[in-house]
Amino acid sequence: MTPSGTSLAIDSIDAASGSRGGAQITAVTSGKGGVGKTFITTNLAAALTRQGERVLVLDADLGLANIDVVLNLYPKLTLHDVFTGQTRLEDAILPAPGGFSVLLAGSGMIEYSRLTPTVRDQLHDVIQRVRPRFDRVLLDTGAGISDVVLYTISLADEVLIVCTPEPTSLTDAYATIKVLATTQPRRLIRLLVNQVERPGEARAIRKQLQLVVDRYVNAGLDKPVMIELLGEVPLDPTVREAVIKRELLLEGAPGSAAARAIVAAAAKHIAG
Amino acid sequence: MEPHARPEPPHPAGVAPPRGLNPDVALQLLRQSGHGPLPGEPMSDVWLQALVDALVDLSSRDALTGLANRRSFELALAREIDRVARSGEPALLLTLDIDHFKKVNDTHGHAAGDLVIQAVGAALADTVRPMDLVARVGGEEFSIVLPNCPAAFGPQVAERIRKRVARTPVEIAPGESVSVTVSVGGAFAPQWVRTTARIWIDRTDLQLYRAKSEGRNRCCLEPTAVPLVSAEEKGLLFASSSFQDFT
Repeated sequence: MTPSGTSLAIDSIDAASGSRGGAQITAVTSGKGGVGKTFITTNLAAALTRQGERVLVLDADLGLANIDVVLNLYPKLTLHDVFTGQTRLEDAILPAPGGFSVLLAGSGMIEYSRLTPTVRDQLHDVIQRVRPRFDRVLLDTGAGISDVVLYTISLADEVLIVCTPEPTSLTDAYATIKVLATTQPRRLIRLLVNQVERPGEARAIRKQLQLVVDRYVNAGLDKPVMIELLGEVPLDPTVREAVIKRELLLEGAPGSAAARAIVAAAAKHIAG
Repeated sequence: MEPHARPEPPHPAGVAPPRGLNPDVALQLLRQSGHGPLPGEPMSDVWLQALVDALVDLSSRDALTGLANRRSFELALAREIDRVARSGEPALLLTLDIDHFKKVNDTHGHAAGDLVIQAVGAALADTVRPMDLVARVGGEEFSIVLPNCPAAFGPQVAERIRKRVARTPVEIAPGESVSVTVSVGGAFAPQWVRTTARIWIDRTDLQLYRAKSEGRNRCCLEPTAVPLVSAEEKGLLFASSSFQDFT
């Protein structure tokens, strides 16, 4: 699709947008890198799209953006161009393979890996401007708990933490929850456990995380932080194949166990 | 060879270089740095690649010590920051300065000063792990990047380096040695946080300044922050080593 075609599509979406007052904005974060955060974000976006939602994925990993790699896209226009005023926001919103839209960070964003007042204003501005045009906006944050990640999360209506059952990932998921609890008013945190080996493992993980949060975090808070399980995605060899082929799992292997689990998580996400 | 990659056939060996390419100065530089002859026929692909590789190596090294120079140090630091931000592995940056170096120069001359810098550089390279990067970043100033260096190990490695320099006299003339010491400043990269090289260097410089002002020949590391997740919390987090129980 040409940039002008994209912008036409946006305009019509804009016109159709109405009663809801804008998109539900979800920040997807993980603490540790390498847990499949971007994989989950993009496939969740495809699953939400199939369930009738207008979805935008915004690559908020400003320092090490890689959604373009995951989706096999070679963007001409990116968030960088929007930030520097070289293009209109409308023209940088691109169609992705799963039927959703993406706003890619692009290269040259390393200068935005620190939260300067300019980065704050520009991120805030972009998110406010895309809000009326979609039903769901997924913010794919960078790995780690940097000030940019925390600020991006603060702009979202809800936060989804992706982790795996590995101790290092759980520790970082817990660390993220702890930082969010003490720095942001948010009290509901959603959890998605990726690479689960046994059914039900995610429920046990949620329970254990909640136990530690209750004892070490909630004890000092007026209103307790609650962790809600959005879903679990099983360890599935088709995931690796899709990642290597740089295609969405929902397109390459829609019948796989992992794809079905992501569709279920999307349904739960829509149900609220 | 693909046609679009090389529109003209390779010129025969011994013919004048293509497109005015003149490698004479490059070859002189390499010879001066002690580099041996390049492999392959002059101006062949193999030879040109070896020339480029040798020049890259030359431009990333400090001429006096053979250590990494400031340029390759900054590259390594940027890479390490990205790695730490994503992996959360602890990484330490040390900055060292030879104490009272001006006195060595003033008393024994600049040639002796050069020998001292070379000896300290060699001692540093010999004291750290192969994965660590030792660089000469200024006149008598060195930096060491230590990836995957646990917090508890930081003071030990800094102290080991300081002691090693202190107990290695430098022979500056036959039968004449001087002893030098170093001050060491260090700071860990904040785990999970994508910092900048400038901030990280400034933090270690601050500690180096502290070491100097507290009397030199000592190590000062930035106090490590209280870990976000305590051992106690981790204990409870992994209380059920298997998450099969989901009642």
